Formats: sequence, C-alpha cells, structure tokens
Amino acid sequence: MTIEPLPCVDVVELLTDYLEGALDPATSARIDAHLAQCPPCVTYLEQLRTTVNDLGSLPAQTLSDSAIAELEAAFGDFHRPPAS
Amino acid sequence: MPVAVLERTAACDITAADRDSRHPGVGVKVQPPPAAPGDTDLVARLRAGDAAAFAHIVRAWSPAMIHVARYFVGSHASAEEAVQETWLAVIRGIDGFEGRSSLRTWVFHVLSNIARRQGVKESRTVLSSPVDGEDAGPTVDPARFRPAGDQWAGGWRAEAAPRSWGPEAAALNSEVRALLTAALAQLPDRQRVVIELRDVGGLPAGEVCAILDLSPANQRVLLHRARAKLRERLEGYFTGREQG
Ligand SMILES: [Zn+2]
Repeated sequence: MTIEPLPCVDVVELLTDYLEGALDPATSARIDAHLAQCPPCVTYLEQLRTTVNDLGSLPAQTLSDSAIAELEAAFGDFHRPPAS
Repeated sequence: MPVAVLERTAACDITAADRDSRHPGVGVKVQPPPAAPGDTDLVARLRAGDAAAFAHIVRAWSPAMIHVARYFVGSHASAEEAVQETWLAVIRGIDGFEGRSSLRTWVFHVLSNIARRQGVKESRTVLSSPVDGEDAGPTVDPARFRPAGDQWAGGWRAEAAPRSWGPEAAALNSEVRALLTAALAQLPDRQRVVIELRDVGGLPAGEVCAILDLSPANQRVLLHRARAKLRERLEGYFTGREQG
C-alpha cells in the first residue's frame, strides 16, 4: 500500500488535529510519514508544542482576594441559621 | 479549499457514546461530561454550608470562568463582576441543582446566562456563527511555501522554512509572557476563549465544547487558528532576536 504524500502546506493545518488524536488513522499515518522526512515541519510542530506549554505557564487571572472574601462571607451568611 | 476549514470526522472524545453520535456538521450538541465522581458529595457539602468546599471550587473554577465571561462582556472588570454574580447565584440556587449535568457544567451554564445578559446591557455583540471569515483561510503565510507547478509544490521554501528557536525558547521569560498576553487579547473572541480555556486553563476538549456549545470539529478549528497565530508571534520574537 502506497501512502499518498501530503505537502507541508497541508500538514501545518492538520497539526492540532494530529496532536488531539482527532485524525483518522490513514491521515495520521500520512502525517507520521511526512514528519519522518521533513525537519522543517518537525520544527513547526515543536514550536506549536512550545507555544501550548508557554500558554500553560501564564499566571491564572482570577478574582481578587477581596472578591473571594466577599463570596465566602456571602456563603456563610446564607447558611447561618437565623438568630432566634 | 484550505484544509483547516473542512469539517473532519473526529472527536472531542468525551465518551464512547458521544464518539458514535458525532456528526461532522456545525452546531452539533455535545453531551456535557458525566458527573464527576465526588460531585454528589460536593453538592451535599455545599448544601450543608461547608465553607471549605465552597472556597475550594471558587478558587479552582474562577480562572476559567473569567475567560468564559470575558467572551460575552467587554472588559476584564466586567467579567469579574459576572463571575461574582454567578457564585452568588450558585449560593442561592444550589438546592435547585438537579444533577442532570456535572456541577461544574451547571455553574458554567449559570455563568453564560449572566454574562450574556451583562454583555447585552453593554451592547457588546458576540459573533454567533460557528465559523466566520476570521476562522477560514490558511494559518501560515502561503508565500512561505513553493507555488503550484513547482516540483515540490506546497513544500516550505528553503529561506522561509521555520528555524529552531534555540534553547532560549525553553525558559519563559517575562517578555515572552507579556507578548503572549498581548497576543491573546488581539485574537478574535471565539479563538481567544477556546485557547484560554484549553491551553491557558488546561480544560479538556470535551468540557470546552460543552461550555461553549461548540462541535468538536469547530473547537479544534478555533484552537488551531489561535495556536498558529501565537506561534507566529513567538517566531517573530525569537527569530527577530537571533538576527538582531
Ligand atoms: Zn513538511
């Protein structure tokens, strides 16, 4: 069985699907075959991975400490039995 | 037609059942992930007024909630407001939670309603079509590839092929952090929220599909386009420095 080659211009558009395991086995095999003999596409894939890793180490934006404290107080108030 | 625009058969891979029912179309309704083990326990603790349980989910879920809220509203401050309002609604409404989805999916559903309403008040318009012009076309400059008719048509041109970023790229310095933060802010809304939830927040694909009501294929198209743009920004930074 011969594998129809895939040009770089198509490979770069399929790499997220490839990383996600979302490609059918035949297409995935074509990407594997391409990467095995195309260093620039391997570099591109590595750089996509680096981008994803870098994004993962960005500091999380979250609520301010005062906002969280307010919410915790609201939760406490809601569950405090009414004074009798 | 650029490959990225084609809907491909594949999956966010939530459950085997979802995989069977997937459809390569737009707007496929994805089943929310099943209730996580411990969900029932968590709900019981919240209903009983367990402050530690509440504090835990507020801290764990608020970052992703801010990303989602920011999709509907015009500013970070406004997104924080929507998230706060959501938690207040959760405090009051937890008794009415029926457990048909996971608690987390329900909280995000409440958030979407609140943030969407707030966005309408701010007259912010969010594009609702699943794939628009910004989500079509090649993600890498076509000029970097050999033209049709060339013996190696579609292959990288030698002078335009990606070059290694070097060891510098392995450590994330504050300049790169600032560059990525600015580049994220410039992405189209839907690409931004998807990449923030997936790659910044680390949420699984299935959960992002459920929260944003995206088909698995569209989620991947948006993610890929966003990743490709950010990679290009980093490339400019690293290769620019190499030359300079
Ligand atoms: Zn290649």
